[in-house]
Amino acid sequence: MSRSIKKSKNNKFEKSVLLQWVGFFLVRLATYAVLFILIYFLYDIASKGYKSISWEFLTEAPRKGMTQGGILPAIVGTFLVTMITAIVAVPLGMAAAIYLNEYAGAGRLTRLIRLSIRNLAGVPSIVYGLFGVILFVNILKFGTSVLSAGLTLGLLTLPWTITASEEALKSVPDAYREGALALGATKWQMIRTNVLPYSIPGMLTGAVLGLARAAGETAPIMFTGAAFYLPYLPRSLKDQFMALPYHLYIMATQHHAIDKARAIAYGTALVLIVFIVIFNLGAIIIRARLRNKWRN
Amino acid sequence: MEQIISFSPQETKIQVQNLNLYYSKKQVLKNISMNIPERRVTAIIGPSGCGKSSFVRVLNRMNDLIPEARVEGRVLIDGENIYDPDVDVVALRKKVGMVFQKPNPFPKSIFENIAYGLRIGRHLKEEEIEFIVEKSLRQAALWEEVKDRLNQNAMSLSGGQQQRLCIARALAVEPEIILFDEPCSAIDPIATARIEELIHELKKDYTVLIVTHNMQQAARVSDFTAFLWLGELIEFDRTEKIFTNPVNKLTEDYITGRFG
Amino acid sequence: MHSVKKKGFGSNLKESFFKNLFKISGLLTILTLLGIFALLLYSAVPAFKEIDLKEFFTSTRWDPTSPEEPEYGLLSMLVSSLLVTAGALFIAFPVGVAVAAYLSDVARPKTREIFKPVIELLAAVPSVVVGFIGITLIGPLIARVFKMSHGLTALNGSILLAIMALPTIISISEDALRAVPQSYTEASLAVGANHWQTLIRVKIPAARSGIIAAFMLGMGRAIGETMTVLMATGNARSFPHGFLQSVRTLTANIAIELGEVPYFTTHYYALFALGLVLFLLTFIINLTADLIMEKQKRKLL
Repeated sequence: MSRSIKKSKNNKFEKSVLLQWVGFFLVRLATYAVLFILIYFLYDIASKGYKSISWEFLTEAPRKGMTQGGILPAIVGTFLVTMITAIVAVPLGMAAAIYLNEYAGAGRLTRLIRLSIRNLAGVPSIVYGLFGVILFVNILKFGTSVLSAGLTLGLLTLPWTITASEEALKSVPDAYREGALALGATKWQMIRTNVLPYSIPGMLTGAVLGLARAAGETAPIMFTGAAFYLPYLPRSLKDQFMALPYHLYIMATQHHAIDKARAIAYGTALVLIVFIVIFNLGAIIIRARLRNKWRN
Repeated sequence: MEQIISFSPQETKIQVQNLNLYYSKKQVLKNISMNIPERRVTAIIGPSGCGKSSFVRVLNRMNDLIPEARVEGRVLIDGENIYDPDVDVVALRKKVGMVFQKPNPFPKSIFENIAYGLRIGRHLKEEEIEFIVEKSLRQAALWEEVKDRLNQNAMSLSGGQQQRLCIARALAVEPEIILFDEPCSAIDPIATARIEELIHELKKDYTVLIVTHNMQQAARVSDFTAFLWLGELIEFDRTEKIFTNPVNKLTEDYITGRFG
Repeated sequence: MHSVKKKGFGSNLKESFFKNLFKISGLLTILTLLGIFALLLYSAVPAFKEIDLKEFFTSTRWDPTSPEEPEYGLLSMLVSSLLVTAGALFIAFPVGVAVAAYLSDVARPKTREIFKPVIELLAAVPSVVVGFIGITLIGPLIARVFKMSHGLTALNGSILLAIMALPTIISISEDALRAVPQSYTEASLAVGANHWQTLIRVKIPAARSGIIAAFMLGMGRAIGETMTVLMATGNARSFPHGFLQSVRTLTANIAIELGEVPYFTTHYYALFALGLVLFLLTFIINLTADLIMEKQKRKLL
């Protein structure tokens, strides 16, 4: 006698079928909840922050004990610090990634480098701040400055840019490498002509993502250069600076008139968020395009 | 042009009717119709990429796992179309067991590998499970080799033993049909011989389909052989007929090794 | 005729220049990690000229600016850090694994492609913004639910840190689930298991190490997080007795006091000692996660 494979009439109520339904429902619910929370946060900040945004807000310095005026020094400060971060983290990240992906064997040194990278990525940002205070502010005597803060953030960003660059290098098919080597190219010629041109867009995309995250960091710059209030823009690398995330922290917690400052805090948070979302979306779109390009 | 053997309804276990299979736009199987006999070994042969594996994966709806796969036509098992909306895929897969190309035991103990299928469906007492595990291992001719180490990890077995374990695992849920998807392609000749012997034993109780690219194997183990070529069923007949006196020129070229 | 012998030193100069340039960049990562450890140690050691090591680790009182008798005990802050982190993981781990399971096993590929970047976006939200949300949204919510004057409590910190640890937990767990060989799934389905049974009984056990690593990395992230807890947990300097209490974590304490402390005093060095503890704590956690993942990778190959 053969068994039927039709669903039994009460199939829907069988324990395993029911369990699957409940299980799938729960994991779906969890996912939607996480997405909802993210979207709600962004919505909350956008809906309360947009009122503060105006031309003056973006182009003027704070006035009247930071209860009025704009956030221009903070925008410029964050921009400058991120530039220094980029100068440190992007080339070093690319170079280290090239070493790991193109030159390094499977030896102990390679494993040690990879271990260091993964552990650096897990070092708390405040610890980077402490490190910056000792090395850049005190030992190298850069003082609390754009330079010290930028270098500190550069080291913090380095593991991210290495990882992103290596991913970009890995996506270049081995056939490209073999093709170059078979024609008698040296290793460096191969990298320069047949690997880098195809991986640089991906490397830069990853770098931008890392920099966007670095620009939102507060703890590492608090003691290495960010200033509570500066009515002017930094004039040299040895000057202190205002920064968007630090400004948000101050406006949200340290201000003498928290209620008056709240609107400015929302505006600052929105500017910061918009900045980061734009960079992330841009990078995501470029990355998706690149992925399709190599696949076809 | 094609020579397709037919069976009476009493002899038939699986009826494939005008089967087309697509992976997104690519057509993998083209208008296949055949009746597969009960309690016999049917071999599916053909050059690689001809759709052999895809064909057996249609029979237990393993292709459902591929989002872009689309099936047209009907596959009747005991007269029930397995692609009807009211079919319980779980019941289907319990009825149609499968042994894969590479042995794929779970990273669990030997015992738990076989008990797995028993624990998920019905509520069995532990003694019943033990009984079925032993019975399945005996059927798969593995019992003597593993009876003292049932709690060891299945990954510690040799490749051939792992494959017999997978056969025992399939048998434990008491299927009626067993699909073998090139079961010997990843194991050595001696282990292969044991599995072929086993397949021969199994046809007493089960309807067996075996996909193979090894023609000697098809000749050794099967009663009937179907030759697939570029997704089409070219010829389906008694195995000795296919290998001694094929009707179709393509079949002849293939079995005499002129391409492939 | 061309010789195929090596052409001597000159032609290899450029090659070895670039190779070494890249190699030095790679070595710099080891140097940075060692440098962080060395400099923290170097700045922490002077603190123990005046602080008793035993007091430092076992006293619950931290009051460096007391005019009579400065006290340097990290226990309250350490316990606060662990409490907030435990709460965060209690929320984030089950939710994170569930989301990972959804993305790897339930969602259609199209859905997954949309959801994944959105969750990555969550990782990019700056911690100071999350802290701000703790002040303006979650804190007041907690205050209302538990009828308190303010919601700046350990619970607030746990919820926010859960949100921040989620992307890490999700992405590592999902990678682990996706690394489970397709053959396991097929074998399970082929004996008549449904997708849920396959997920629970085969895939999650097989991905166990990766999921544990995700837990560890989430923990590392939560313990080391500064701005969020600094802004959202109230920073009361007492030993924590529950989630509905203001707490001050190790990270928050460093952030609060480093801005005000005179350089090169015992108090200053003591803050670096806290930093060193924090560094070692996260280092051990991350290293463990790393070893677990390496083992998993080798097992699945």
